[in-house]
Amino acid sequence: MTAPARVAENERPAAAEALDVERLRASFPILDQEVHGHPLVYLDNAASSQRPEAVIEAVSDCYRTYYSNAHRGVHALSERSTDEYEAARGKVARFVGAARSSELVFTRGTTESLNLVAQSYARPRLRPGDEVLLTEMEHHSNIVPWQLVCEQTGARVRAAPITDDGDLDLAAMAGLVGERTRVVALAHVSNALGTVNDVAAIARLVRDRSEAAVVVDGAQAVPHMKVDVSALGCDFYAFSGHKMYGPGGVGALWGRGALLAAMPPYHGGGAMITRVTFERSEYTVPPHRFEAGTPSIAPAIGLGVAVEFLESIGLERIERHEQALLSHSLEQLNDLPWVQVLGQPRDGGSPRAAVVSLVIDGAHPHDVATILDEQGIAIRAGHHCAQPLMERLGVPATVRASFGMYNTHEEVDRLVSGLHEVRRIFG
Amino acid sequence: MSDLRDLYQQVILDHYRAPRNFGALEPVSACAEGYNPLCGDQVKVYLRMDGDRVEGLTFEGVGCAISTASASLMTEAVRGLERPQAEALIASFLALMTGDGNGAAGADLGKLEVLSGVKDYPVRIKCATLAWHALRAALEGGDSEAVTTE
Ligand SMILES: Cc1ncc(COP(=O)(O)O)c(C=O)c1O
Repeated sequence: MTAPARVAENERPAAAEALDVERLRASFPILDQEVHGHPLVYLDNAASSQRPEAVIEAVSDCYRTYYSNAHRGVHALSERSTDEYEAARGKVARFVGAARSSELVFTRGTTESLNLVAQSYARPRLRPGDEVLLTEMEHHSNIVPWQLVCEQTGARVRAAPITDDGDLDLAAMAGLVGERTRVVALAHVSNALGTVNDVAAIARLVRDRSEAAVVVDGAQAVPHMKVDVSALGCDFYAFSGHKMYGPGGVGALWGRGALLAAMPPYHGGGAMITRVTFERSEYTVPPHRFEAGTPSIAPAIGLGVAVEFLESIGLERIERHEQALLSHSLEQLNDLPWVQVLGQPRDGGSPRAAVVSLVIDGAHPHDVATILDEQGIAIRAGHHCAQPLMERLGVPATVRASFGMYNTHEEVDRLVSGLHEVRRIFG
Repeated sequence: MSDLRDLYQQVILDHYRAPRNFGALEPVSACAEGYNPLCGDQVKVYLRMDGDRVEGLTFEGVGCAISTASASLMTEAVRGLERPQAEALIASFLALMTGDGNGAAGADLGKLEVLSGVKDYPVRIKCATLAWHALRAALEGGDSEAVTTE
């Protein structure tokens, strides 16, 4: 009797079962189409993922049946919109492990979340000579907001180096954290290389050496792995709906309650005040203090459904499937002497999310993208909004294929044969 | 379906692999940079005038096959032309790329016709026109801010 019981127990976690990709794909209507006469192979998920029917339906249902402004009216539609909007906040907050939903601010996306932290958290604290420490692998949206606030305050931006393998150089980073460091801002996962940074270890390293806040750009992590902000030990965590199978136009910032409570508003306007006179205004509490104006109500509700969708599949299961796709692609790409995989994982180094950044001998990434597109394969060519990283790696641009939960091994094979076509033309 | 072979013709691949008139020019009357912020492609055009005649024309930069070949073919086509002819050729080429038939009508683009396949790939048109915009800026005085394709 004990044996079967143990088997059942082993199988209990949803993650134990492999992902049924074909069934999953059926939930994403956009995937079922031909591009230039070939079935679409969508490998540009790091730029933006696609949405399942459930999310599209939730947004459309909101507009069809109950949309109104939230937090404004006493009428039935407004009450329903408010309830759904706040329920979505709760779902998204729980999804990233927030202790309270009041710690979850809805924004337009990662970019706005990071600008919010730079202006509302950092700006009042930064003094001339203070330092904001970034890394060489940051997306422009985790560089430029800090440059702006440094220009405003006389603080300066520094960047922790990466190794030639595309991992953060933690020893060098530790050497850059000191008493002038007020903010350490880094990507959880690099959008260009897929490097997964050990945020928990970095947060400890920062705490040991400074009072700096740890700000994490989670745009590329949240769709691919289980994120728990309290386990990470960071202070702020930013992410975007459109990269996690949710709607565009909405994202979030999680921040520690005590920090948010002490921060001035980011934007001024309606919904973020308790009392306004021409002499002064009193600001309401977080999260609403940071949500001036009418928010993206339907998209936020859609994002709540997207996180439910992710949870119903299970992040561990998604991660395992995507890691299998990554291995499958690396095995084949590493066999091609004319393909160079930038920053690929090394034993004992940082793990990688399902992203491959490639340089093809004798063929510029743009030309590669055009030739792949002709075969129905969507990838990204360019600097991936990470020009300092491209400079560090000594390449003007790369070809990036980024996988999502709905990609298949056959699609990886299509990518590889697409690259052979590039080789045939550019040979 | 447009054929990739129309886009990547041998002439284009040849000019990509071995660009003509590549490098800085000294002395120079004017230079101008073209920059495509979308992809990071960058081209710098060096122009030397002898009176009203384009006496020297070279380029430098990193780019895709289309932008490199277009710049290379441009230097060959424009070198030796008088200013009005050069300006007319720029206008005809840009018209060809944007599919503005009237502009291109009658103009003999000669070897540049190999780039006509680009117009079937709208996102790549900016690659083909980058150096031409920079040349136009150089002819107008140059040395000012980089022209961008945006
Ligand atoms: C790592 C990273 N950070 C920030 C962003 C910016 O996200 P968004 O454009 O949604 O604000 C992106 C996406 O482009 C990204 O990949």
